[in-house]
Amino acid sequence: MKLSLEEVEHIAWLARLELTDEEKNQYADQLSDILDYASRLNELDTDTIPPTARVLDQALRLREDQARPGLPPEKILENAPQTQDEQFKVPPVLGN
Amino acid sequence: MLNQLTACEAIQGLQQGDFSSCELTRAYISRIETLEPNLHAFITLTLEDALVGAEAADRLLRSKQETTPPLTGLPLAMKDVLCLAGVRCTCGSKILENFIPPYSATTVQRLLDAGIISLGKTNTDEFAMGSSTENSAYGPTHNPWNLDHVPGGSSGGSAAAVAAGLVPAALGTDTGGSVRQPCSFCGTTGIKPTYGRTSRYGLVAYGSSLDTVGVIARNVADTAMLFQYIAGFDSLDATSSQEPVLTYTLPESPDMMGIRIGVPEEYFIPGMQPEVEVAVKIAIQHMESLGARAVPIHLPHTEYALPVYYLIAPAEASANLARYDGVRFGPRLGEGEDLWELFSRTRGELFGSEVKRRIMLGTYALSTGYYDAYYAKAQKVRTLIKADFTEAFQQVDMIAAPVAPSTAFKFGEHADDPLAMYLEDVFTLPANLAGIPALAFPVGYDKLDLPIGMQLMGPHFSEKLLFRLGHAYQLTTDWHTRWPNKKDDYYWEELV
Repeated sequence: MKLSLEEVEHIAWLARLELTDEEKNQYADQLSDILDYASRLNELDTDTIPPTARVLDQALRLREDQARPGLPPEKILENAPQTQDEQFKVPPVLGN
Repeated sequence: MLNQLTACEAIQGLQQGDFSSCELTRAYISRIETLEPNLHAFITLTLEDALVGAEAADRLLRSKQETTPPLTGLPLAMKDVLCLAGVRCTCGSKILENFIPPYSATTVQRLLDAGIISLGKTNTDEFAMGSSTENSAYGPTHNPWNLDHVPGGSSGGSAAAVAAGLVPAALGTDTGGSVRQPCSFCGTTGIKPTYGRTSRYGLVAYGSSLDTVGVIARNVADTAMLFQYIAGFDSLDATSSQEPVLTYTLPESPDMMGIRIGVPEEYFIPGMQPEVEVAVKIAIQHMESLGARAVPIHLPHTEYALPVYYLIAPAEASANLARYDGVRFGPRLGEGEDLWELFSRTRGELFGSEVKRRIMLGTYALSTGYYDAYYAKAQKVRTLIKADFTEAFQQVDMIAAPVAPSTAFKFGEHADDPLAMYLEDVFTLPANLAGIPALAFPVGYDKLDLPIGMQLMGPHFSEKLLFRLGHAYQLTTDWHTRWPNKKDDYYWEELV
């Protein structure tokens, strides 16, 4: 199965990746090869096999829901490219 | 030469006052200054801070207080996907080139609490995706045994630094073989622990159901000693195990009496380098001479581990890496555009090609209409791979296998063929998919004098037994004691 350029563009959009035309062509070929290779999983009948949810047989434990100190906001904001009033700053989400 | 001591010897020397932490740290710094330009094992060096730390350690050591932490004054390094507060953590990516974590990973913090000094952050394939360090945005690391060859990956910087004596030991991470394969390529020893045995808090996430933090060192004794500090429950990691941590002390005699070692036929395949097969089989014979019994076994779904891993890990990665969008971390591109353009341009330009390839693959495997065919199918086959091991461990205590089908390959050998690169991981992926621990260590050298590695895989939480057996092997062999650039006797010539 060969991925079309349109399919590659759709996946890139879902993944929020801007790709060059060269990258789109390259990924169309390479992802097709990898997915072809992955299709060998269909050799196995897994109708009655449950999917793995966790590798350990231990149940996950719940902890008490207690308030605990977190990192100070100014430390977190130090890594952001743009901030304002102790918040991350982004362009308008809804139309200008 | 202080930089040639093992970590255990270095700690003993520090505590006995044979040398100071400053002297020890300077020995490593001098080695780094000589070799780092050719090796490029580090992304970030913090040598001045290390010397300040060493002076403080020496004051503490001289005070001879009982409360002095056990590893006080020992220099170490950590892979640059593990956060160390105040030191930039790039993950080998341009998208995090200026990220300064405000906190430390739990594994790092536990070593800091025990008294270690960090020399720096070691090189890695971008977001730990790769088998050669060629995917690092900061340039590849070179193999100390031969600079034209890769050191393996993704923890190639840690393994190369240890192999060349730039540090006595380093932390690495293993999602699909990233501790073991570079250990195999560089002749070092390393543990990929049981999933959940070491905390993932502060480890920048790649494949969350597979990620583990391990130790890379010069021998099993150092690996076990350091692993003792990083292992254990952490409330900050939801999948951290509450299973009690055993004491990883090692016996002084090399006894393997009664141990049943499974030898899986599926790990000795056509096309693998003959020297690797011979060296691993000789190592198994050696273990038999120490009292172990080799038992042929089958792990019938081994061949499916590769497609399963390369669906599950990219799927998890595509979700984990969604957070790098130019809002909270790193540089922002596409300013003045709308929000979607900003996300896409930042990610498109700052992620490297392998990371984008895996995000695309994972996004596809999780997308509407393909989820059942790819992601859900892979999780079902993962159940079969896990069951292979469960069944095998009813017959044997341990499984012995090569780490990789060949020794370290040359730069560029798999440059245009991602699938060929993925095949390098064929023997390491199953342990991650099953969550079981595995210990890698050198068992010989090929005719180019490149190291050959073997792995012992055990049931969940069997690290103590793995260390015991690996240590028994190293007590009676000397492969792990060799240093690069000693071109004396060729192992291969001895064999033929």
